[in-house]
Amino acid sequence: MVEIVRMEKITKIYPGTVALDKVDFFLNEGEILSLLGENGAGKSTLMKILYGLTDPTSGDVYYHGEKINFRRPVDAIEKGICMVHQHFMLVPAFTVTENIIAGSEPGKNGFVDMRRARKEVRDLISQFKFNIDPDTKVENLSVGEQQRVEILKVLYRKADVIILDEPTAVLTPQEVDDLFVILRRLRAEGKSITIITHKLKETIALADRVMILRDGKLIRDDVDPSKVSTNQLSEMMVGREVDLQERRPAKNIGDVSLHVEGLTVEEDGKKKVNNVSLDVKAGEILGIAGVEGNGQTQLIEALTGLRRVDSMELLLNGEKITGASDGFLRAGIAHVPEDRLSMGLVKEMSIKENMILGYHREDDCCDRRGVLKRKEINDKGNRLKDQFLVKAPNVDAKIDELSGGNQQKVVIARAFSHNPKAIIIAHPTRGVDIGAMEYIHQQMIELRDKGAAILLISADLDEVKTLSDRLLIMFEGEIVSETMPGELTDIEMGLLMTGGHSMIEGE
Amino acid sequence: MRLDNLKSSKYSNMRSSVVNSFFALVFSLVLGAVFIWVTGYSPFETYKAIFGLSFSTIKGFALTLSQATPLMFTGIAFALAYKVKMINTGAEGQLYAGAMAAALVGAYVTNLPGIVHIPLALLVAFIAGGIIAGLVAIARVYTGASEIILTLMLNNVIILFTSYLANGPLKPEGSGVGQTERIADSARLMRLVPQTQLTIALLIVIAVAIIIQFMLDRTVFGYELKVTGNNRRAAEVAGINVSKISILTFALSGAIAGMGGAAMVLGVNYRFIEGFSSGYGFAGISIAALAAYSPFGVIPAAFLIGILRAGTITLSRTTSIPIEFVDVIQVLVIIFVAAPTMIRQILNIFKRITGKKKKNEIAGGEVQ
Repeated sequence: MVEIVRMEKITKIYPGTVALDKVDFFLNEGEILSLLGENGAGKSTLMKILYGLTDPTSGDVYYHGEKINFRRPVDAIEKGICMVHQHFMLVPAFTVTENIIAGSEPGKNGFVDMRRARKEVRDLISQFKFNIDPDTKVENLSVGEQQRVEILKVLYRKADVIILDEPTAVLTPQEVDDLFVILRRLRAEGKSITIITHKLKETIALADRVMILRDGKLIRDDVDPSKVSTNQLSEMMVGREVDLQERRPAKNIGDVSLHVEGLTVEEDGKKKVNNVSLDVKAGEILGIAGVEGNGQTQLIEALTGLRRVDSMELLLNGEKITGASDGFLRAGIAHVPEDRLSMGLVKEMSIKENMILGYHREDDCCDRRGVLKRKEINDKGNRLKDQFLVKAPNVDAKIDELSGGNQQKVVIARAFSHNPKAIIIAHPTRGVDIGAMEYIHQQMIELRDKGAAILLISADLDEVKTLSDRLLIMFEGEIVSETMPGELTDIEMGLLMTGGHSMIEGE
Repeated sequence: MRLDNLKSSKYSNMRSSVVNSFFALVFSLVLGAVFIWVTGYSPFETYKAIFGLSFSTIKGFALTLSQATPLMFTGIAFALAYKVKMINTGAEGQLYAGAMAAALVGAYVTNLPGIVHIPLALLVAFIAGGIIAGLVAIARVYTGASEIILTLMLNNVIILFTSYLANGPLKPEGSGVGQTERIADSARLMRLVPQTQLTIALLIVIAVAIIIQFMLDRTVFGYELKVTGNNRRAAEVAGINVSKISILTFALSGAIAGMGGAAMVLGVNYRFIEGFSSGYGFAGISIAALAAYSPFGVIPAAFLIGILRAGTITLSRTTSIPIEFVDVIQVLVIIFVAAPTMIRQILNIFKRITGKKKKNEIAGGEVQ
């Protein structure tokens, strides 16, 4: 095998942290390398250095055996090293062809030679069997197709080395399979591919070789994915044993704590939630599984007082709760929102300020005249930061400076520390790394065992199955099934989640 | 690991905006000098005339501060509304409304001791500006109308309406210009420096800045205001009444602009005079930007702009240099403030040049 890229003793120091510590890297021609690591392990930084987006503090980069020093991505692209970013950089109103040629348009005398461009793009599409119409506008494409346009852009620039940053984060399972087919085809054409990821199953399915980074250090660069299990990989990634699949059922389930009856939410003349009733008992986790967009958002908003409902009776320990979100919060219904950055946190503000958000009117935060108690807020921030293992230099750090997992820990810390009687938790581990995920799951179980009633809404089937003591499935605004976890197979659950209701009952 | 570097990100942020504003000023003076020189005038003479006034005599200094006082009010007004991500382009109108309100209380409510009369006039001006801005905010929150358009239109309505009052029903007999009756002596603001227009209005506006800054940093209302401004959705999830916060903040912004109008009436003109404001309301926008939207930062920012504005007086009196250069410099300041990246890049170029020099020196030292 021919080595195409080699990086030696790469060190990158950012103010305050060592992002990479003497990391060696190599990539062979015609292989798919999976660069695996938790958020903040340094995998993106390493690739940014290769791509010329940032300079290493020390260390050398060799390409085809020749020492190189890219100052800008343009230099890297010229040499055939290209990157497909996680967030697409496409112009929605342009056609596929226009997007692909933008920046390196063929032409002469200042005019773009569209005929040549279209032919080149068409050839490229048929060469790699991309199955995409070069004349449609990008705004009409699905996410998976847009990603293919990004890959075409890279191929149009004659890339030999392709770096993909978290390519599957935005794709549906079907689109992931399609992407893998394409990547294998590229490998067969002799391209060298690096994917940055923290998804273990995908790594095993796709990669020829796995390289693992942890805390800026190289752990292994020679893992053969066909010879390891996901558990072994996660152990190498996190540095200790991780078990996310272990179930720990509730032991002390009490009386009904959160009682919801006849909840209906109409939106644009459609019943988004249709006459839903449910009970969550103290000391139990009730899971709701379902494909996103089947009324979960409206259900959450209704149960947290964020939305006017058409009908609902909500009792918390026998007491009727009405009004707006501050009333719900004060009554003891905590909320971990679906999207932490847009709903749960203020990213411009500090950790300690976010730790009190929603509870800032309580006696430990302000006095009667409405003046904030600075010392108490500071102490509380520090206490919760330590207790919930939020990794940050101090509590004055802005939320913006934290990784996704640590941001989520702030949300969890805030909601869990205010002794909620009931708590609505939506997608608690979306976009967080394995270490944080394990920790958040532990905390949820601890909170449950303290007697809180937990309603868990998640799109992650594994998560709902592992954590729930009882499991509901939601489809088109209705609860279509109530079972104990383990009673249904994944296939049965999948059917129920997509409306295969009658089929199962018919059996 | 040097984690302590990140220790005070809050302060480093503040420092970076101070640095930014400082260099914006320096660069615009330098670039302004180039413009002056290119057009055939002496930059030295020009700057001497502009800055000489403010820093050579106490009276000149007082003049600068009195010029800056209304700008401080309108600057704080804009900065405050900006904290809930609302744009108060109506400070000019609110200023006129406050001025008219203060002029009415000053002239027609009489037989009061100064200690009551002045606060009463200020309070009525505060309320007048507050109601006008509050109504705009209500329209914004409940109907989605743009507060920018509404305030800009209202500016015309208020300015023309107060003009009508000053030229019609409220015009004193025998007066040739549009103005109202003189206010009672008891409503006049005390002078800080005799024979100047510098009055306790300056102390009042500094107190306002301190109170607003305290409110933002230390109170529940300020906390909810910042959350609302930065992330409305998160504020709703946290049970904050976003509509109430927005309306109150915008009303408070208008009220402060209204007080600025009162300060002009009670401290400088002693009556409402048609067209008395030389663009104080709009100047407040650039001053707030120069202050990086910090209410307390508005005080020095307005002072700096005050120096330039007061400088025009000596410039026209003692030299033949066109006073428009002052506008040029003001505009340059705003351009630089609005483009922090540009400042960083210019500074980086300087750093690279000086950095290379240092390296050479070190290298030279080693050879020896």
